[in-house]
Amino acid sequence: MKQKPNEKYLQFVSATTPTTKERRTLLHAFFIGGTICSVGQFLRYMLSYWAGLSGDTLAGTVSVILIFLGSLLTGLGVYDRIGKFSGGGSIVPITGFANSVVSPAMEFKSEGYVYGVAAKMFVIAGPIIVYGVLSSVVIGLIYYVAYLF
Amino acid sequence: MQIIVSVLITFFKAFVVGGGICVIAQLLINLTKMTTARILVSFLLAGALLQAVGLYEKLVDFAGAGATVPISGFGYLLAEGAIRGAKIDLYHAITGGISAGAAGIASAIVFGYLFAVLFNAKTKKN
Repeated sequence: MKQKPNEKYLQFVSATTPTTKERRTLLHAFFIGGTICSVGQFLRYMLSYWAGLSGDTLAGTVSVILIFLGSLLTGLGVYDRIGKFSGGGSIVPITGFANSVVSPAMEFKSEGYVYGVAAKMFVIAGPIIVYGVLSSVVIGLIYYVAYLF
Repeated sequence: MQIIVSVLITFFKAFVVGGGICVIAQLLINLTKMTTARILVSFLLAGALLQAVGLYEKLVDFAGAGATVPISGFGYLLAEGAIRGAKIDLYHAITGGISAGAAGIASAIVFGYLFAVLFNAKTKKN
């Protein structure tokens, strides 16, 4: 026999679920995300001006520096504090990818350097690499076939 | 003077587009309670698909780091590498994507490992 959902209970749940102050979280995400991208833009200018980098090398070096900063700030415990404030603004930039690598690796260090650090590094980064490689290979094959004709 | 203005405009575009992409993510978090991994994978695939139809590079030309720094820019990079490889031969069609993303993956693993070993998790204060 199917039971009706207990309406009082549902009311209780919706009353006690923390309501995120949505407009404010959007604003925070906008400013933190925009700031991180501006840092990237700043690095682009600096590297092309001082180091003469361009094209792929420039884009790659900017990513490497941002990943370095994201990992370092996560290690220092700063990035998670930013994350609590900004949500999507710190998750989506490439620094958030670095954060998703360091954070679980650090947390599970007590389980050792193989099953702890090395395995847990990929809890979130793993799916990203899996779907990234899968989609790029599919796109590459489609374009390869398309170029044949 | 003109240079300063054009630099400021470039920063403004990077800020607005990058911030805008993060707002979309925050909207998804608020409305659907998506987890971090799902958000990142969705944005990565969105970037790759948009580049597969030739759109994301237009956003990159417009917004610079505002489009390349979000994870969708990583998807764009992978797709763009695969498409470039497909022009050469089948081998490069398959390896082109991950070759283009090599810097990101290598540095995430190296710095990730380094700082995970050097630092200890902070006890969470709420």
